[in-house]
Amino acid sequence: MTAFPFLLLILAAVVGYAINRVAARGIRDGGSRLHSMTSYHGMYSALLVLVPVLTFILVWLALQGAVIDRLIMSGLPDGVLDGLDGGGIQLVLAEIKSIAGGQVFGTPEDWKIAASERLLTTRERADWLLIALVAVMSLALMIFARTRVKADFRARQGVEGIVTGLMIFCSVVAIFTTIGIIVSLSYETLRFLERVPLSEFLFGTNWEPQIPLREDQIAAEGAFGWLPVILGTIVITVIALVVAVPIGLFSAIYVNEFAPKKLRTIIKPLLEILAGVPTVVYGFFAILVVAPAIRSFGQSLGLDVAPNTALAAGGVMGIMLVPFISSFADDALSAVPQSLRDGALGLGATRGEMMTTVLFPAALPGIVGGVLLAVSRAIGETMIVVMAAGLIARMTINPLDSVTTVTVQIVTLLIGDTSFDNPKTLAAFALGTMLFIVTLGINIFALSFVRKYREAYD
Amino acid sequence: MMKDSMETKLDVDAMNVKFSARDVQVHYGDTHAIKDVSVDILDNTVTAFIGPSGCGKSTFLRTLNRMNDTIDICRVQGDIYLDGMDIYDPNIDPVQLRAKVGMVFQKPNPFPKSIYDNIAYGPRIHGLARNKAELDEIVEKSLRRGAIWDEVQDRLDAPGTGLSGGQQQRLCIARAIATEPEVLLMDEPCSALDPIATAQVEELIDELKANYSVVIVTHSMQQAARVSQKTAFFHLGNLVEYNDTNEIFTNPQDSRTESYITGRIG
Ligand SMILES: Nc1ncnc2c1ncn2[C@@H]1O[C@H](COP(=O)(O)OP(=O)(O)O)[C@@H](O)[C@H]1O
Ligand SMILES: [Mg+2]
Repeated sequence: MTAFPFLLLILAAVVGYAINRVAARGIRDGGSRLHSMTSYHGMYSALLVLVPVLTFILVWLALQGAVIDRLIMSGLPDGVLDGLDGGGIQLVLAEIKSIAGGQVFGTPEDWKIAASERLLTTRERADWLLIALVAVMSLALMIFARTRVKADFRARQGVEGIVTGLMIFCSVVAIFTTIGIIVSLSYETLRFLERVPLSEFLFGTNWEPQIPLREDQIAAEGAFGWLPVILGTIVITVIALVVAVPIGLFSAIYVNEFAPKKLRTIIKPLLEILAGVPTVVYGFFAILVVAPAIRSFGQSLGLDVAPNTALAAGGVMGIMLVPFISSFADDALSAVPQSLRDGALGLGATRGEMMTTVLFPAALPGIVGGVLLAVSRAIGETMIVVMAAGLIARMTINPLDSVTTVTVQIVTLLIGDTSFDNPKTLAAFALGTMLFIVTLGINIFALSFVRKYREAYD
Repeated sequence: MMKDSMETKLDVDAMNVKFSARDVQVHYGDTHAIKDVSVDILDNTVTAFIGPSGCGKSTFLRTLNRMNDTIDICRVQGDIYLDGMDIYDPNIDPVQLRAKVGMVFQKPNPFPKSIYDNIAYGPRIHGLARNKAELDEIVEKSLRRGAIWDEVQDRLDAPGTGLSGGQQQRLCIARAIATEPEVLLMDEPCSALDPIATAQVEELIDELKANYSVVIVTHSMQQAARVSQKTAFFHLGNLVEYNDTNEIFTNPQDSRTESYITGRIG
């Protein structure tokens, strides 16, 4: 039933297209010179019908449920809802809906059955009303579009205008989503800051996000200093970069300049496979292979190694970032013009000298941009660290110790039964905000680097 | 019969020969780009390669410093001697050869570095200077020889890419000179330049022949006539005619040469 208005709309658009196109062709065959090509006249009609009516249908469907609910509830006999709070009213509504859906538990009161019948008829009427409205609107718009077909009608400009509008709409959606995220994050963060002072959050070196379970419980006051958590993130990120940057960079240099063509066609897809491995799988790898290996190796050297080391989580995260960095570096190196390579080789440089003295410096801004984007990915990466890093926040930079990260803490804070009015849960949003600020800053910095590099050869 | 006349010519200049190529073939995959070319290129002379585009001028030029080695699908056969030494001998290091046989490209291609570093590039990678003072000296000498010293002497730290097109090309010539080559190969060095810059570069080429053997590819017959003493006409991968520039332009032996210089094929 819901599909029907859409089918109707598509039909109207197609018919409108055909009618306008035929009409335009008729004018052209009558000897007048058309301003726009006939297909633009057709497109004009189709878009003129599609865009407003589709918007109408979507808005209707979005609001329909809520409006019908309200109608049903207000139509209930007086007095049946007396003494019920918000939750109770919701429960009644849910029961009416399930009766309407054919699931009857026990013997419901008569007024509930009556309401559910009314619900069904209202829904059906609403559907028919929608179909009728869609038909009328489509027809009106089609006729309007048809009247516009004239030899000098600028249908192309009309179509371009509508399409431009659509593109603007799409980009605005992205912007508004971002704004929405920022607003909701800051709202919860402000609620957190009402309970925990900003200075404690930013500069505190203790992270123990407990809350008293009972009012009278003592010694369970939480500590919400984010420093040890961000320090853990930094340690793991640094380890990841120490692994990823050299491997990614050298593999890119090799593939770009030294590898025979055949090898290049093998290595590139392999790197892409690496990029497609889900991070959960990397997490398994870290926890089942890398962490035990590091532990037994460290113990054989007489070192004290935690079961969950920053080294294991960071190292595996580094492997995850290798294809990311190498593809950025490869793009940057490929963008260096052939004429510069020729220039260096023509002066008697070896390929290696050409790479280190000309290609690499010329590609450096692009490579740095890629590394910075990798940094913000490492900071935001969740799955690997949830599986392989620890839970206890410590002020340590020892890679053989267990550390925790911002993302891990966010996950653990929100797992389990939570209510959104205590500092423990709200702390997750505060951490999320900080993460957002840090990665946003790095991304802006990285993008400006990449942009600068784009200008270099124009 | 044409071959005979050419060989007598070669004997006369034998003392002065820089490059001598014998039966050179170049293939790009299945494309036969240079067919059986033999030629002697003289020292202290400007030699022009002319011919319709795609006839193999650049390809042949690039065999002379083994730049074709950098193209995977390119195969070179035959012998090319530089001062009697076979440059395709396995013992020859193409990297050292290219320091000896400098190359200037169609589009000016200064590195995105300072003017100083552009010139110092070759001397640095070949270790031609023992200290900063020597390097400074090489840079100044090369820029003077490149006829661009006066324009850049007080901004050696400025990026080479910030110069005008004509200045960039002279910078590239100076950069090639800085490795102390014996031969300079130029592939259409003026095709991206305006007439004034072209005149400056042509004047420079004329001065360079005092110290170097210069080979220049050009699509402009006027340019070949202005700057060169010897001209080689290529057509479809063949070397059709090679002679004194005057002779080629006033008294071409081959009908194809005549058609080309009178503008009937191009
Ligand atoms: N890198 C290359 N790969 C394949 N074919 C090439 C390449 N360079 C040149 N050729 C071919 O070799 C022939 C000669 O080219 P080129 O030497 O550039 O001519 P010219 O410089 O006289 O215009 C042309 O047919 C061209 O298509
Ligand atoms: Mg060419």
